Amino acid sequence: MRIDLDIIANWVSPNSRVLDLGCGDGTLLAQLTQDKSIFGYGLEIDEDHINQCIDKDVNVIEHDLDERSLQNFADASFDTVIMTQALQTMRYPDLLLNEMLRIGKECIVTFPNFGHWRARLYLALQGKMPVSDFLPYEWYNTPNIHFCTFKDFEILCRQKNIKVLHRQVVTDNSIDQFGSQVLPNLFGETAIYHLS
Amino acid sequence: MTKPLPTDSVGIVQPKRHRFTEPLTLASGQTLEEYELVYETYGELNAAASNAILICHALSGHHHAAGFHSNDEKKPGWWDNYIGPGKPIDTSRFFVVSLNNLGGCHGSTGPTSINPKTGEVWGADFPRLRVRDWVHSQAKLADVLGIECWAAVIGGSLGGMQAMRWSLEYPNRLRHCVVIASAMKLSAQNIAFNETARQAITSDPDFKDGHYLKHNTYPKQGLAVARMIGHITYLSGDGMGEKFGRELKSGNFELGNEELVEFQIESYLKYQGEQFSGTFDANTYILMTRALDYFDLSREYENDPAKAFAEARCKYLVISFSSDWRFSPERSREIADALIAAQKPVVYAEIESSHGHDAFLVPNERYQQVFSRYLKRIEV
Repeated sequence: MRIDLDIIANWVSPNSRVLDLGCGDGTLLAQLTQDKSIFGYGLEIDEDHINQCIDKDVNVIEHDLDERSLQNFADASFDTVIMTQALQTMRYPDLLLNEMLRIGKECIVTFPNFGHWRARLYLALQGKMPVSDFLPYEWYNTPNIHFCTFKDFEILCRQKNIKVLHRQVVTDNSIDQFGSQVLPNLFGETAIYHLS
Repeated sequence: MTKPLPTDSVGIVQPKRHRFTEPLTLASGQTLEEYELVYETYGELNAAASNAILICHALSGHHHAAGFHSNDEKKPGWWDNYIGPGKPIDTSRFFVVSLNNLGGCHGSTGPTSINPKTGEVWGADFPRLRVRDWVHSQAKLADVLGIECWAAVIGGSLGGMQAMRWSLEYPNRLRHCVVIASAMKLSAQNIAFNETARQAITSDPDFKDGHYLKHNTYPKQGLAVARMIGHITYLSGDGMGEKFGRELKSGNFELGNEELVEFQIESYLKYQGEQFSGTFDANTYILMTRALDYFDLSREYENDPAKAFAEARCKYLVISFSSDWRFSPERSREIADALIAAQKPVVYAEIESSHGHDAFLVPNERYQQVFSRYLKRIEV
């Protein structure tokens, strides 16, 4: 599910410099390069993803975000630093957020909402950690080690004095879409935050 | 009976030679009045001359990078694993040029050539060379071959230094720069190894201050030890352990046995040293290791690599190997970081391998993938 890419593209200025942390197969950077003429780099750890980035002519740098710091990137050296669907897999998401805001003038972060009603229902009724098509892992093998809800994330932003420029909630069906307008933390599946 | 050549080989190749009569001013201030370069080419140059790739060799390399000189040749060129039809440097698409660098000992003008001024062998009097001198002489060769702009300049180790220097000296004459297992400058430890190797050569009584050919001697033992030192640093400790362990070549530790015990690794290193010293020139070894030591990409750019790379106009592929401690991944990451700071396009991959520095020569699935995919993206 990558419906968030179009929304992200709206928040990226043409001809700007973009750093994508955990850039995956390079789809987002390739799209931004084509549509917005951005100049970007992606950091990635997975071999197959790195290969796919090379095929797309994306500037990909092999980099383990958990093992290596981002100290090699200068302050405010990018217009936008992006991290899609990976913050919850990081060992120190809060410290990474600091780094993203140091390196980028603005940041865009997306993550799955653990406060979604289906996750809540699953835990409440089954008494087990939620497993779904979207989050298909068991608790012991999931790469998602730091789940949060929209509410959790916004509390962290307030603590860190991070300004939320935009928030967009993504849903994948009409019920959620309707519900998320009133109760985003209950009906939103994925959040996209634009921060500075 | 001659054996059939592998189908993914460039086949039988013939070295070529060009004599340059225009003087070449060297970084040292000296001038080479005339010189010869020996080179090989693989594949066909297209009409637009837009598919040419230059291979820059490392310390002990030469022009014979791929294919065979004859059906009887036991081993193909030194980078045959990566050059050929369908290989990463695909000779069905690219026209590949590989030369023996100036100062070499495989046919290009070097310490074993005759100094036209004296009529005698240059020996130790051959001018000291820097990486940039090689780059300038390679550019002259490109002129001769009608190549205005290389599709890519590619090199491993010392060859990677040449490739990087190309991108700064002739920014409009290459579109891609591939830097493998290299560094922007050597570490103190690296220089220390090189100096120990040089000492092994110069302290051989047959060295005769580098004029051994005049004295009809040869510092074979010194050069063999130099190679052994080098060879240890090209392998990883784990790789060496896997391959040789503490296996014995001869002798044993039984009580009462007086026969000398020789480990497999001893025998291997001796063999490597002997092979090498039989085919390589000691003065060339000294010259090449000095060029390595002197290289510092950003010396004249206020020691700021990002400032150096600001000159460049090409795209970069940087590759390192996990167990390479001579040119460690950290050194390659510094290259990638400098390129990012200079806002230059770069792909960086760190390949898992137990082969140490030598990994850039050895078949490796992931390395081949990254290398192939990158070169496939190059339009010709």
